[in-house]
Amino acid sequence: MDRKQCCVKLSVQPSRGLMDEKFLVLVQSVLPGFQLTVYASYRCDDGHSWEAFAHYTANASGTVNVSEDHSLGGTYCGVEPMGLMWSLRPVPGSKPGLRMRKMNVLTPMEVTISVYRGHLTEGFVDQVPLAAVVVERWYMAPGVRRVPVTEGGLTATLFLPSGPGPFPGLLDLWGGGGKLVEYRAALLASHGIASLALDYLTPQITKENDVSVLFYNEWTNVQHPQVIDSRIGILGLSFGTSIALKMAVYSQVFKLRCVVCISGSHVQPIKGSVEQIMTSFHNNVDKTRFNEEQQVIWRDLLLPIPTDPSLKVEVGRLRCPLLMVVGEDDQNWPAHESAVDVKEMMQRAGNDHLLTVLSYPSAGHLIEPPFTPFARASSYKILGPPLQMVMVLWGGETVAHSRAQEDAWRKTLVFLRENLYRATSSSHL
Amino acid sequence: MSPAVPPVLSVVPSRALVDETFRVTVQNLPPGSAVTLHSLHRSEDEDMWEAFGHYVSDQGGSVSVSDDFCFGGTYTGKEAMGLLWSMRPVPGSREGLRLRKRDVCTPQLVHISVYGGHAEQGFAARPPLASVLSERWFMGPGVRRVEVKEKGARGTLFIPPGPGPFPGVLDMWGGGGGLLEYRSALLASHGYASLALEYVNPGELESADMEFKYFETAFNIVRLHPLVSPDRVGFFGLCLGSIMTNYLAAESTAIKPRCCVCVSGVHLYPRGAAFTEVYQAITLKAHKVRLDENNHEIWRYRELPIPGDLSGKVDVGRINCPMLLVNGLDDQNLPTVEAAEDMARMMRAAGNDHLLTRIEYPAAGHLIEPPYSPHFRATKFIKQNREKVTLLWGGRTKPHSDAQEDSWKKILAFLQQHLYANNPPRAKM
Repeated sequence: MDRKQCCVKLSVQPSRGLMDEKFLVLVQSVLPGFQLTVYASYRCDDGHSWEAFAHYTANASGTVNVSEDHSLGGTYCGVEPMGLMWSLRPVPGSKPGLRMRKMNVLTPMEVTISVYRGHLTEGFVDQVPLAAVVVERWYMAPGVRRVPVTEGGLTATLFLPSGPGPFPGLLDLWGGGGKLVEYRAALLASHGIASLALDYLTPQITKENDVSVLFYNEWTNVQHPQVIDSRIGILGLSFGTSIALKMAVYSQVFKLRCVVCISGSHVQPIKGSVEQIMTSFHNNVDKTRFNEEQQVIWRDLLLPIPTDPSLKVEVGRLRCPLLMVVGEDDQNWPAHESAVDVKEMMQRAGNDHLLTVLSYPSAGHLIEPPFTPFARASSYKILGPPLQMVMVLWGGETVAHSRAQEDAWRKTLVFLRENLYRATSSSHL
Repeated sequence: MSPAVPPVLSVVPSRALVDETFRVTVQNLPPGSAVTLHSLHRSEDEDMWEAFGHYVSDQGGSVSVSDDFCFGGTYTGKEAMGLLWSMRPVPGSREGLRLRKRDVCTPQLVHISVYGGHAEQGFAARPPLASVLSERWFMGPGVRRVEVKEKGARGTLFIPPGPGPFPGVLDMWGGGGGLLEYRSALLASHGYASLALEYVNPGELESADMEFKYFETAFNIVRLHPLVSPDRVGFFGLCLGSIMTNYLAAESTAIKPRCCVCVSGVHLYPRGAAFTEVYQAITLKAHKVRLDENNHEIWRYRELPIPGDLSGKVDVGRINCPMLLVNGLDDQNLPTVEAAEDMARMMRAAGNDHLLTRIEYPAAGHLIEPPYSPHFRATKFIKQNREKVTLLWGGRTKPHSDAQEDSWKKILAFLQQHLYANNPPRAKM
């Protein structure tokens, strides 16, 4: 087709959306049977370039509908409405071990979606596309407020939903990598839950024996008139799970309404501070394995699951609903084995009606909000001593992991809404 | 309702183009409870606009505006977008207001809220149960806005994102004058490079000839733009803009539009007259202006009866491109339907009526705008002689809003068929 004569119509609807919303990509006005490549490109805040692409053939009316048609090849195959997002990967020649995480949630991800003639697998930069549009993907809905919290020397950010409130609250805890990661809390606030993203790997917190006292003090400092303090939940990923379970079972000050544990374990010395828990893991460092690419596998550090009750959070004493999300191919934590043991402990104690386990075959450790790119392994900074960078294997397989993220997020939102918003719930008195 | 059990209000998508629909849902209400959904917008002129609807929650405590019936308020029935199109100035506002966005680089912010009970007023006096902020955009991400001052023509050009080339549109407004950008911004968000043209003031140019050259110049600015496909440029006119569109399509030898959209226009034009003479001719007919019971001016009878000879009308038999006419049967400003009848008759006689498509909407008025914008039956208008009057545009809110929604879809389909499709237009006679 002569470029001067043809005008290819590309549209993405909606062109602005939240990160967990789906979009529809439609290509029109090409010739019937035309072979084309739909290409997504994104330059993240760190300056790295990411891309995804898929091969399609137009139908008899000259149209390609990404939500209905099969991708014949590319970074994803088959019918995948959001494949252009979750199959994004660093462009060839990038630094190894990258992981995409948006640290500035006040701006959207701007993804350029374009159409190229033919079934291309490389050299996109050297060609002029037939059409291109820009799509904005936001972590913060309009009206959501971001409130940095620095009282008491703590590092946290509170995200308040739009509206007068009051709202149920959530403590959002990430993993052992540290740093204050805000995007999940921002997205939860966009769904009506006042969420506090907290960096708990600071010396002040890690040395504290009863970390929940510190958190409670923190919470009361932060206490916003728009947050209902009788409706607080906690969500932890990876090491954040250890903190979450500890607080849910042992805290005297926090009466948590529900707990979500993603890719974590209940195995920890139950009387220890955060620092002591981490030390106990480090004591098993000789159980570290490496795969053929020299990527670090840490799942064995907590295996086998101990039978000694003093080495596991007493989940039989839990009084609020618990949602555990695990990937069966998690190479970083023994999340699957832990979930099995948690279920047995709660069955024996008679409180397993509070437990829901979502277990995903071929999903890895980093179960994140949906439509974010998958990383089977990435660079990880060990806080030391000594300070070093390693390549950690998280596990998982792209398609299964991306489906797990989508399913788990939807179910997590339902769980949180049921437990934080509903009038009826188990009494906490 | 106790604040300890807040309802959850969601508007999806929360950021959208003005012609996209949203789903408004409320959950976590007591079953069978009466609630009012309310929308509020503060215009650029600092007027407040609102709409509201009365709903009853189901046994699960949910309300869905798209699926449930509204039993009273500014709209009734099953109306997914009623909270937008039924908006009107809040009680106590100035008379004769019209809502039009001048700055298209920012979104229209609409607060959607839910109140307990079936309220008709006093929304500002009490806090809602929940509230969400919705952004409505005229410009999609990546659309470029370029101010044009070239060869004497003035306007704003909106270019879609992407490498181009794009089909082009010359967008001409009505006799109110000034420069309104929002429709061109929206067309660019749909893939058309669109120039919103500022009108020439009467007496500004020396002759009728030069005035028509103004429009021809503007058309060529679009056509010859490096990002525009030169043989894929059309006209889009409203009211006076439609009159100009008819005239240029039939009589201009310098420009050949690929297709034309005429909303609420006529083909009546004193031959060879300059704008000054046109306006003089209009004032001569002032005795034909009627007043309704509110002293609002009805202008439609000035142009009636439709003249039989060509001295007062465009020779539409000479048009040789597809024409889409969109009119309201209750248009009180121009006799658009009578004119469309006459145009069809003339074109049938000339043998080019296969190019004409007429769409007429019962109970729709003159101002057929992009969908979900509020309906104005009569608003203030400043005439050319600076006199302020209130003009009756006509239409009843619900059928007029349906006409806006339906016509926009048909207009976009028409533009896509003629400006994007790869089939060459039918052989010219």
